[in-house]
Amino acid sequence: MWRVLIGRLSTAIPSIAGVIVVTFVLTRALPGDPAVYFAGPTATPQSVEEIRHQLGLDRRWPVQFAYYLDDLAHGDLGNSLSTGQPVLTEILTRLPASAELTLAGLLIAVLIAVPLGVLAAVRPGSWIDHVCRVVSTAGVSLPTFFTGLLLVYVFYFLLGWSPAPLGRLDIFYSAPPMHTGFYLVDSLIAGDLETFRATLSQLILPAFTLGIFALAPLARVTRAAMLAALGSEFVRTARASGLSRWRIVAVYAFRNAILPVVTTLGMVFSYLLGGNILVEKVFAWPGIGSYAIDALIASDYAPVQGFVLAMAALYVTLNLLIDMLYGVLDPRVGISA
Amino acid sequence: MREFFRQARYVVAENPVTGVAFALFLVFVVVALFGPALAPHSPLASNTAEALHPPDAQHWFGTDQLGRDVFSRIVVATRLDLGIAAGAVALAFVFGTGMGLAAGFFGGWADRIIGRLTDTIMAFPLFVLAMGIVAAMGNTVTNIIYATAIINLPLYARLARAEANIRRDAGYVEAARLAGNSEIRIVVAHILPNIMPLMVVQASLTLGYAILNAAGLSFIGLGVRPPTAEWGIMVAEGASSIVSGEWWEALFPGLALMLAVFCFNLLGDGLRDVIDPRNRT
Repeated sequence: MWRVLIGRLSTAIPSIAGVIVVTFVLTRALPGDPAVYFAGPTATPQSVEEIRHQLGLDRRWPVQFAYYLDDLAHGDLGNSLSTGQPVLTEILTRLPASAELTLAGLLIAVLIAVPLGVLAAVRPGSWIDHVCRVVSTAGVSLPTFFTGLLLVYVFYFLLGWSPAPLGRLDIFYSAPPMHTGFYLVDSLIAGDLETFRATLSQLILPAFTLGIFALAPLARVTRAAMLAALGSEFVRTARASGLSRWRIVAVYAFRNAILPVVTTLGMVFSYLLGGNILVEKVFAWPGIGSYAIDALIASDYAPVQGFVLAMAALYVTLNLLIDMLYGVLDPRVGISA
Repeated sequence: MREFFRQARYVVAENPVTGVAFALFLVFVVVALFGPALAPHSPLASNTAEALHPPDAQHWFGTDQLGRDVFSRIVVATRLDLGIAAGAVALAFVFGTGMGLAAGFFGGWADRIIGRLTDTIMAFPLFVLAMGIVAAMGNTVTNIIYATAIINLPLYARLARAEANIRRDAGYVEAARLAGNSEIRIVVAHILPNIMPLMVVQASLTLGYAILNAAGLSFIGLGVRPPTAEWGIMVAEGASSIVSGEWWEALFPGLALMLAVFCFNLLGDGLRDVIDPRNRT
């Protein structure tokens, strides 16, 4: 077990190394001269030179890379120019908001897509199959930010069911005491149902916006995998042995169809983490995506790099988890690893 | 060629949606080519007296916050939106196919380097990487094209690699080798034409994603700058008015975007049916 685990962990090392090199290159390819920026408009060429020396920008780039690695090892992602705060602290404070939104979106997508795909495969050609096909084609065609705005228009402006799309919690409520950083969980821990309800009503629209986008590939793959599993010989044998229809679908076919679905989760996470940025902008969600956008607009690059690095690290970790989950779900994978 | 058209007609007859998608595609191409001539109003002329007028006979899709005609802006923006996507897909197509061929046919260190490169790109959430690239290289339309091309590159490289790899020792390749063709010539004249149809399908399937990606980047304020007409930025400009009920400013550019992506996705599926009947959905 441990050898398998270490083997899997080591496959992530080249990815992480690649990610660090790319972020370093992106750092050095920045437009403008950071030294001039730091020195301010009234600086003399001599003071710019001094600051360049202080920042280490006059060193050769392999040396700079070594310093960059050293900073990373100490968790130092630099400081934001506009807020003056260390980037790492700001990202860590904002991460729970993004994580809560992303996980809620993923949950919605899985809860809708998997049953839809299974039902579509069980009854090919039926109306539910057509629904599945339309959903999986339309879902990938919808720009996330546009879906979000449409939902806001319908559910906030026309129907008045949901609160204004302004962040995680209405200003009349105060955030629940911090335990996990997830407001839904924290408010339940505090036993504050009123805050729980308020949080949920803020979360539903952005989470659905994300979910609709992630749903399409999941539904498509679930349907295809279930169709393949239902057409296989072991299902024919199971049928011939007189097992109940439900047992064949739920136990025999689904257990085998779940593997490609889990593989697709990797791609879905890529969508979700990207879509997150757009959804956070539409709903003024105080997560790391909107933090990065604000920094981009202000030409404040340290937070942008920190954000790209953090997202890539997160994504590599998620893929690693998916890999391990795959090993748990399919015992055959573990042996060959 | 005749065989191809017969197959195409068969696919369209069996799945009329593909025919509709193709008609829609022609409309988009015409609008992209002749957009400025077709638009009834100037896309940039503002008239604050007519700001945020709902759709009527004069302004079919209403006017935006500065009183500009939304319909004209959408029509004119078609060229820019499709141009960015087409440019990015063309770049990714050429370089990705080339890299994939080199990796799949020659193997060895070329395969290792290219494999490592594509793995590194795939290690990022793609939209985040595009955002980082545009931030680092500078906030221009050209860089949006480069960034979109880079995040699409692995898809082409991997497909071309896999397809070139299985053909490396095919009978006709052996025959060409025996006939004295150089390795480069075999790749260009024998392997490439054989994998071309699959690559074209891949291109049409990723075009929709490229449009979404570019529009997403301009929605968050990268690339295209106001007052240029572009679908993503128009949705962003309409975002504040949709909350107060002026739905038309964001809805119509959003619909245009959706329709374009939908059209390319359907077209890609249809094209795949024509070229590769085994994968029919």
